[in-house]
Amino acid sequence: MKKKGAEILIQTLIEEGVDTMFGYPGGQVIPIFDAIFHNTDKINFYLVRHEQAAAHMADGYARSTGKVGVCLATSGPGATNLVTGIATAYMDSVPMVAITGQVTTNMIGNDAFQEANITGITYSITKHNYLVKDVKDLHRIVKEAFYIARTGRPGPVLIDIPGDVSKAEAEFEKIEKVELRSYKPVYEGNPKQIQKAAEVIMKSRKPVIISGGGVIISGADKELRELAHKTGIPVTMTLLGMGSFPSDDELSLGMPGMHGTVYANHSLQDSDLIISVGARFDDRITGKLDAFAPHAKIIHIDIDPSSIGKSVLVDIPIVGDARMILRELNKLVSKCDIGEWMQHVKELKQKNPLAYKKSEDVIKPQFIMEALSEITGGDAIYVTEVGQHQMWAAQYINYKTARSFLSSGGLGTMGYGFPAAIGAQLGNPDKTVIDISGDGSFQMNIQELATVAMNRIPVKIIILNNMYLGMVRQWQDLFWGKRYSFTCLARQARCPESSKCPGPGDQCPEMIPDFRKVAEAYGIKAYDVSKPADVKPLLKDILKMKEPVLVNFHVAMEENVMPMVPAGSALNQILDHALA
Amino acid sequence: MEYIFSVLVENKPGVLARISQLFSARGYNITSLTVGETDDPTISRMTIVVDGDEKIMDQVKKQLNKLIDVVKVVDLTSLPQIERELLLIKVNADKKMRSEIIEIAEIFRAKIVDVSDSDVTLEATGQKDKIDALIKLLKGYKIKELARTGRSCLPRSE
Repeated sequence: MKKKGAEILIQTLIEEGVDTMFGYPGGQVIPIFDAIFHNTDKINFYLVRHEQAAAHMADGYARSTGKVGVCLATSGPGATNLVTGIATAYMDSVPMVAITGQVTTNMIGNDAFQEANITGITYSITKHNYLVKDVKDLHRIVKEAFYIARTGRPGPVLIDIPGDVSKAEAEFEKIEKVELRSYKPVYEGNPKQIQKAAEVIMKSRKPVIISGGGVIISGADKELRELAHKTGIPVTMTLLGMGSFPSDDELSLGMPGMHGTVYANHSLQDSDLIISVGARFDDRITGKLDAFAPHAKIIHIDIDPSSIGKSVLVDIPIVGDARMILRELNKLVSKCDIGEWMQHVKELKQKNPLAYKKSEDVIKPQFIMEALSEITGGDAIYVTEVGQHQMWAAQYINYKTARSFLSSGGLGTMGYGFPAAIGAQLGNPDKTVIDISGDGSFQMNIQELATVAMNRIPVKIIILNNMYLGMVRQWQDLFWGKRYSFTCLARQARCPESSKCPGPGDQCPEMIPDFRKVAEAYGIKAYDVSKPADVKPLLKDILKMKEPVLVNFHVAMEENVMPMVPAGSALNQILDHALA
Repeated sequence: MEYIFSVLVENKPGVLARISQLFSARGYNITSLTVGETDDPTISRMTIVVDGDEKIMDQVKKQLNKLIDVVKVVDLTSLPQIERELLLIKVNADKKMRSEIIEIAEIFRAKIVDVSDSDVTLEATGQKDKIDALIKLLKGYKIKELARTGRSCLPRSE
């Protein structure tokens, strides 16, 4: 039977299990939107207010459910607005299919109205992309795109569909199985390498496990827990690995790296063996590369061969799926002889706990995180933006299950959290979803308050408002002579020159916008909180509400994220002025 | 160090762009690149010659393998291989000079493919060193234009 391209597209999406999509209409995607119009019983389509948010929503939906997230935008500016969202998903290995309209095939390359070469633009930020030139190829391409996005190391795939291809008709012949001769991901680890790894683990005296985002993606959190408990080896979780191992487990060392715990960093530096599972030795984790874990052998388990040996030299590489490899590895290991090491680790933990100076007058951002952790008991999905609040969320909230912490780790995209939280909420309607935000990040996708309000999506928005772009201000404070160049978001024309600004005080103007009033303008319940005593009661109240809520917490303005390994320093050169 | 990759790719639009951006994204200049269909019209072979350090090239090789349109990557750098390049070169030559140039062409087993009153065009194939040597010799006669295909390589059979 003949069908239009747009219908073939939507039928194939439904076949691939898509029930939720995010996007924004435009000229070249009218046929696709028309096909969606006829299928709203099968696909919940969410109209965003900016295409970037559609990509982040698809990302949040994908990270929180493990399914492929789907977003749709028109040609030209619609497509280029997706770019930041696609790059964010690419850096963090998120399965996503981004569909864009394109000008008609006869106009491609003519600088036509709303034309952008989006396949060219996204070569380096997609796992693969397609320009569909013939409607006959559409069904196969969509099937391939989903297959590529969700298998191996997942990632975003873009499909660019010219307007005339959406309108053209073709026989709809279903393909059952996708076969690509040039793409065959390896899942099973080499048994010899696994055997070698087991031997090295049993011989080690100072081992540490690094658990990364790959553990969550492959669903290996149970296997990782088994490895740690069976051997007794302590575990440090990367930012994307939060939730892969319970933060309150006795063996947990918390996060390593730039804002990691003192004990995770010292443990890595002092170790004789690092077992990295689904982590990629990012520069925020290793610190100065030459000085990273100088005595350690490294076992690196990763599904992507190009991740192995990219930064650190690896002794035992194992390419494959973390879950399958850990299952085999767990059969070969037993309790390690590491009593002395664990004593050392325990002392490191006791001597250098995560800490901040408490206050009864002003709200400390860390206090809000602790309160959230306590009230939810870990039973929530936390989504962050990027900056100080992101690090405090990683440090002070106990994550207990996989897919309960979503954050832009690789690209570090401000404005990610709010739309990603919306996506996560739609993928998990019964869960509490909390967007932990800053006053800077929130303004980067603030327009999605409309999407939340119109669809009554019950996300909880927590703004840690210090009136600064806090993370950059912190660097200016510590490394740039306290010259707060353009990081004060309260700064107005009537303020003294930057060089004469005495810093935060009573003379400072009010922050614009008033987040509470903005939320209320969208019909969203909102609160201002500035007293520490009000934090817990209010959080308890709002977490019970079945509607969207925004809370603007006025927090300590010049609080720094500690501990901190300055850029270019070794992990053991860690600063910890938290209590100073 | 100079690396030679022989890469089998899907014969589709955009493949060349995907591959060349892997190199450019890391700040590496491709010395030469040849592409042509193989006996299977759906597959092309690319021979890529590039200068770079070992660690980056190891990463590039892995990244090449990661591309969905790449079927196979062979690193010919340290393998026994057959290497050829084709040169077309147009040299200034009036009637007096012509015989000298023809002599040089014979030594290098180059063919005369075009002659005019003022110039001669030669065609030569061979390894890079031979082509370099021929160009060096012909510089004395003023080269008008030249075109090199870049190197094509295949591994030698055992």
